[in-house]
Amino acid sequence: MLGFVTLLQKELLRFWKVMLQTVAAPILTALLYLLIFSHVLEEHVQVYPGVSYTAFLMPGLIMMSVLQNAFANASSSLIQSKITGNIVFVLLPPLSYGEFFLAYLLASMARGLMVGLGVGLVGLVFTDLPLAHPVWMLAFALTASAVFSCIGILAGIWADKFDHLAGIQNFLIVPLTFLSGVFYSIHSLPTFWQTISHWNPVFYMIDGFRHGFFGQSDVSPWLGLAVMLPLVLILSALTLLLLRSGYKLRH
Amino acid sequence: MAAAIRARGLEKRYRTVHALRGVDLEVEQGEFFALLGPNGAGKTTFISILAGLVRATAGRAEVMGHDVVTDYREARRRLGVVPQELVFDPFFTVRETLRIQSGYYGLRRNDAWIDELLHHLGLTGKADTNMRRLSGGMKRRVLVAQALVHRPPVIVLDEPTAGVDVELRQSLWAFIRQLNREGHTILLTTHYLEEAETLCERVAMLKDGHIVALDRTEHLLGADSERRLELRLSPARLPEALKGRLIDCDDDRFCLALPDYGELEAMLAALRLEGIQVEELNVTQADLEDVFLRVMRQP
Repeated sequence: MLGFVTLLQKELLRFWKVMLQTVAAPILTALLYLLIFSHVLEEHVQVYPGVSYTAFLMPGLIMMSVLQNAFANASSSLIQSKITGNIVFVLLPPLSYGEFFLAYLLASMARGLMVGLGVGLVGLVFTDLPLAHPVWMLAFALTASAVFSCIGILAGIWADKFDHLAGIQNFLIVPLTFLSGVFYSIHSLPTFWQTISHWNPVFYMIDGFRHGFFGQSDVSPWLGLAVMLPLVLILSALTLLLLRSGYKLRH
Repeated sequence: MAAAIRARGLEKRYRTVHALRGVDLEVEQGEFFALLGPNGAGKTTFISILAGLVRATAGRAEVMGHDVVTDYREARRRLGVVPQELVFDPFFTVRETLRIQSGYYGLRRNDAWIDELLHHLGLTGKADTNMRRLSGGMKRRVLVAQALVHRPPVIVLDEPTAGVDVELRQSLWAFIRQLNREGHTILLTTHYLEEAETLCERVAMLKDGHIVALDRTEHLLGADSERRLELRLSPARLPEALKGRLIDCDDDRFCLALPDYGELEAMLAALRLEGIQVEELNVTQADLEDVFLRVMRQP
């Protein structure tokens, strides 16, 4: 148990010690999106009645930051340790693969949620944000960050160099998040693209998260949860199996 | 009493390399044991299997009676490994590194022992320095400390003195010897054969994934320990009476077997008789390096 707590603390310290780069920078990025998009589109777009575009955009940006940073934390920690070789410090001790998984998972979720919270707090300077259903908001924040933490761990285990991670980031994570309704409601899309979007799990993360703030969404949050929970379970199981097999970590 | 280390039929195949081809080895508790072999012989693979960093293709390995795969947590608790590569975590200071490592082994308040380790390894003044700012030798010492935070009964040192200055090498060995006297089992791989010769009671030599020699150090040395008489002669020829003893020669140098000092006088007399002058004379005895080279040359 103490082994797990120590690994979790170490993973938290790892990003906290360079928070300018791991927490402050992504908050600034999200803020720039907020300023530019809301400036350009505020007058032209209203998705839900009574909700300004800036307010509509906020949950999307928060969720996007949560996802990208949850992914980045586990994946970059693992690839750095693998490349520098200091991964042996966590492979030599008697840590179980379950402890290993949970520590990397929770630390990555913590970084994602911390950045998300930061984006939300700074965003409040620019717009009011209601909080209709805090429980829905939390449910989607937790499950979505868990999903992307798992993907981050999987990617970190699989990748042999930073290029591999950049590939996943650019060809999977960014398209999935951008094409999920961060900046728009998928109801504004042609039917074909609406159908496609329903196959994107990130759509349910953002839509359900938004429901937590406005009580309105494109699909029912229950449907979103029905997508999220199995996804968390499947990805966790897959990560645990991979860790148990020693894939790429124990040759 | 369980063996400190036990390997049975240990085999490891990588895609293109057959690193270990059935290694059987037993190291008793309290031994100071050397595992020698040229680069690529399989030493690091063997150690990595013990540590759980590499999975064996066949065979099994145990640390203090605990299987390194099926009972990995108990096996790893009893093993401390100083890796060959100079690795470190750049985010932390020396003390943080050692506290974190203690935590991984479930040790909460370990500062008394950490302080002792820092003292023995000459790191006390560097406790609060970030790992990035340490010299290579200092980083090596921290690796040793990290391997010892949980006071493992079995300590494995993989080339611990590569690139380390003389002073540290000596203080490191003094400390490791003390740990050995206190009952810790030491398994050492090194390229410095004189270190293995002075420190280790038993030696195993690995070649192409096989154990080709395994014995007490003095027996290994004994097998090759005929004394040799090296002579430079003028004129450069050997009397008929001494030709039977010739082992090796080049130009005016002759290397003769000298099983007993008592025969030296008779050999010199034979030279005098023929009017051959001795210009240089050396008596040499085989060391572990000679034994090593001889064993490695065997097909």
